[in-house]
Amino acid sequence: MDRDFLLQLGDDALILGHRLSEWCGHAPTLEVDLALANLGLDLLGQAQFFLGLAGDADQLAYKRDAHEFKNCLLVEQPNGDFARTIARQFFFSTWHELLLRRLRDGDDAAVAAVAGKAVKEVAYHARFAAEWVVRLGDGTDESRRRMVEGLDWCWRFVDELFAGEEAALRPVWDERVAEVLAEAGLALPAKVRGITGGRTGKHTEHLGHILSEMQFLQRAYPDAVW
Amino acid sequence: MEMPLWEVFVRSKHGLSHRHVGSVHAADPRMAVEAARDVYTRRMEGVSLWVVRSDEITASDPGESSSLFEPAEDKVYRHPTFYVVPDNIKHI
Repeated sequence: MDRDFLLQLGDDALILGHRLSEWCGHAPTLEVDLALANLGLDLLGQAQFFLGLAGDADQLAYKRDAHEFKNCLLVEQPNGDFARTIARQFFFSTWHELLLRRLRDGDDAAVAAVAGKAVKEVAYHARFAAEWVVRLGDGTDESRRRMVEGLDWCWRFVDELFAGEEAALRPVWDERVAEVLAEAGLALPAKVRGITGGRTGKHTEHLGHILSEMQFLQRAYPDAVW
Repeated sequence: MEMPLWEVFVRSKHGLSHRHVGSVHAADPRMAVEAARDVYTRRMEGVSLWVVRSDEITASDPGESSSLFEPAEDKVYRHPTFYVVPDNIKHI
């Protein structure tokens, strides 16, 4: 498997896992707090496996600079409010599940093994996010307004997910997203010009801030061990 | 967020009964099952989950406990303690 692709898989999971961990202790309820932390930990585990296939997972996570990260722009976006976090998770996990299914059935045995394990976790992530899209979209005036804003905000980062070979996943993704939005009584966000660049290391300013926090310990105390 | 309370029951393995483990707040039954999954089965505690709205449970009245439960106190012959349970019988 192409190393850059392994880095994409690992970095998507690592960065989104870190973003979700930022909710720990801040989520609207204890139940949601635990759920988001669980999602984050699932993704962190996946990152470890995929980065491990690309090289030394710790070295890759802690010692690369922003331009060497291959994650998509969507996952590095700030959490915003709960609805925006859910919008980001909904778009990403719905795509992530389709991608992992393809990899699980693919030719590369090592990747297929990791994907086969990860897809069970991610199927739950997609379901969890979709359920919340419906509850918030079909909830109160305020929850609906926030959900619409969250979906609109994340929408411009969606096209990047379907660059290259992943374009084949788009029709099924469109179908699933439309189904959930219909159940939530929401319209698909208006067409926008997609922003890309993450896959080639051209990130938004947010990634640098994530790394400065995530890599602090390694930078301050290189190769520190517990 | 104002959400109803749900009591959570977990079956820890096949063949055992569901056991009450605690409660979660959730908007509806489906979300309650997901919340229960995240809160109570993170460490492989379960193979099945039940949730039930807390306000749908009818409870005995603590004020009536003397008439409900005390009469059983002096009826030791109702306890199966006169039998020796074989070592290989579990979960009794």
